[in-house]
Amino acid sequence: MALSLKELSRKEETFVSGHRLCAGCGAGTTFRQILLAAEDPVVMSVATGCLYVATATYPYTAWKCNWIHSAFENSAATISGIEAAYQSLKRQGKVTKTIKFIAVGGDGGTFDIGLQALSGALERGHKFLYVCYNNEAYMNTGIQRSGATPLGASTTTTPAGSVSYGKSVFRKDLTGIVAAHNIPYLAQTTPAHWRDLMTKVKKALAADGPSFLNILSPCHRGWRNEMKDSINLARIAADTCYWPLYEVENGEYKLNYTPKEKKPVTEWLKPQGRFKHLFSKPENQEVIKKLQENVDNEWQKLLKKCNQPASPSESEAGGDKKPNLEPVAG
Amino acid sequence: MPRIAALTGNNAASEAMRQINPDVVAAYPITPQTEAVEEFAEFVANGLVKTQYVPVESEHSSMSACIGASAAGSRTMTATSSAGFALMWEMLPIAAGLRTPVIMYVANRAFSAPLNIHCSHDDTMGGRDTGWIQIYSENAQEMYDNLIQAVRIGEDPSIRLPVMVSMDGFITTHSVERVDLLDDETVRKFVGEFKMANSLLDVDNPVTIGACALQDYYTEHKRQHSEALLNSTAKILEVAEEYARISGRKYGLFESYKLEDAEYGLVIINSAAGVAKMVVNELRAKDLKVGLLKPRIYRPFPGTQIKDALKHLKAIAVMDRVDAFGSGSTPTFTEIRSAMYGLPNQPLMINYVYGLGGRDIRLEDISKVFHKLVDVAKTGKVDKVFDYLTVRE
Repeated sequence: MALSLKELSRKEETFVSGHRLCAGCGAGTTFRQILLAAEDPVVMSVATGCLYVATATYPYTAWKCNWIHSAFENSAATISGIEAAYQSLKRQGKVTKTIKFIAVGGDGGTFDIGLQALSGALERGHKFLYVCYNNEAYMNTGIQRSGATPLGASTTTTPAGSVSYGKSVFRKDLTGIVAAHNIPYLAQTTPAHWRDLMTKVKKALAADGPSFLNILSPCHRGWRNEMKDSINLARIAADTCYWPLYEVENGEYKLNYTPKEKKPVTEWLKPQGRFKHLFSKPENQEVIKKLQENVDNEWQKLLKKCNQPASPSESEAGGDKKPNLEPVAG
Repeated sequence: MPRIAALTGNNAASEAMRQINPDVVAAYPITPQTEAVEEFAEFVANGLVKTQYVPVESEHSSMSACIGASAAGSRTMTATSSAGFALMWEMLPIAAGLRTPVIMYVANRAFSAPLNIHCSHDDTMGGRDTGWIQIYSENAQEMYDNLIQAVRIGEDPSIRLPVMVSMDGFITTHSVERVDLLDDETVRKFVGEFKMANSLLDVDNPVTIGACALQDYYTEHKRQHSEALLNSTAKILEVAEEYARISGRKYGLFESYKLEDAEYGLVIINSAAGVAKMVVNELRAKDLKVGLLKPRIYRPFPGTQIKDALKHLKAIAVMDRVDAFGSGSTPTFTEIRSAMYGLPNQPLMINYVYGLGGRDIRLEDISKVFHKLVDVAKTGKVDKVFDYLTVRE
């Protein structure tokens, strides 16, 4: 599974230019990488969201693979039917090629409204990869909170105000929920860690059963960061252990990236306007503390699952050093 | 060899599904359809069909999976009822809009609240404008025959639309009737091979299905859909003709029963039409010129043909097992009154809601309606256009 940039640069792209995603959108980079990693022809089912409306507006399409959108909450159910048709027609000898299936949803279509359809499809064992491109809110409809939105983030439905510090509860651990389905392969990654992401796509598509990727996908419109900083923010998310890169292969947890120095969560929060109020109001320091505690606890739990020694100096991490940008591919 | 069997409506539906032998079935059980999907699961378990059976976790997912399967070029079927129909509602216009010819059997059942598992036509009547072809069935035989024909209708390249075929929950789904069955080979030949243009599994010819279309193209999509649906009537009749040749049973857009020389007519759908025909016979024996029209194809609605069949009547009662709340009428009444508009000598029309939640409709109830029509015609006055029949006041 060696990945060289030289070879990748020669590969024909399946997700092509001309789409209307924002400059600096994580989703565009993410799906370019996903489709470059796929070796067999793929059929995609894409839920309603930015990736849909910005890439497939009749009479145009940015997709050179077979592709369908039917609704918001049912990407996994739609791919179930397509995969079932494939199994049926292949058994009857009416389809002979090897085809891979990828269902896509944002965090809205996956963590929230599409969770039931995803759970059902995973339980039924369809052979497909589900990709959640997770930008931590309903960005397509204007930055409303989702189950993936972190504590303290200001969104248009959890706005920070005189008596509110933004979202008042923690995000849910969707990767953990998916892991509980005991599927052959699942992982977390980001588009900043391209080698890690593409290696994981290859593993996921090779799995004998359902697979799942939760990909943190920067959205500068919703995160209120500088457009040019998107990919860097995804790196910082991993360096602060806010978004650890790990995989679960046949039940075995494996950490794919350990920051040389675990950065404080403030490095992740500060460049983002959605957390601005946490820094401007002294009483919100408590929220930052809670976020750091949560990251630390979750990180320790993950290290345990991955059979790694506990991280020694949680709160002392940080400093001026540049983040380690070299991901360790799985 | 053709067979004669004693089957419930559900048995007849699952038997038709076995003979159609779809590539994919994605379904979720719901009373009173459950027996049909259980039986079909048994066919799968015993290798009697080639079907990939997707036991989905909800009806929303069943219709979503069916859309995916059909877009992937496989012959796809499902079945539902009431709340299940409501849960898949979002996906109904999408199945039609994406032109995926999914075939669905519906056991008509009332909506909650109050919860009721018996027959009203709330589900399919509510879904009548979702862009599907709709076929109604009086009994198990009609369900069997309609389901087989539905495959040919929906998949026809000039139509390419989903088709729902319904019968009355419990009244028909759970009653045992004599059903004439075709042999497997005849059905197999009749339905033929499904060949879908632009299949998602044709990876050499990639296609984007379900792109968004805004102010610039949405209307054209809708217009094409509308025309395909309206123009499907000729093909529906052609399929019926062909089906008559293999089965000896001839179907039209609706059934006319002793209407030609009638003065008073009743329009009634599904199982209650059987009871109503008995009343027609009884009253005919007493020299009352009564007749009946039983709609079969509800979408596209054959308004012109129905108008021609009813226009000579003095008075008409349209009876529905559903209320179109707040409209002061029922769906079929609205359709037929609209179709009759502009006739020089318009028959007088009255409208009844009957049989909700499975309440029995008795011979004397129907007889009362016919006698009401005689009164209406005699006085030339309709005192109450819309009313509930057999209700506690």
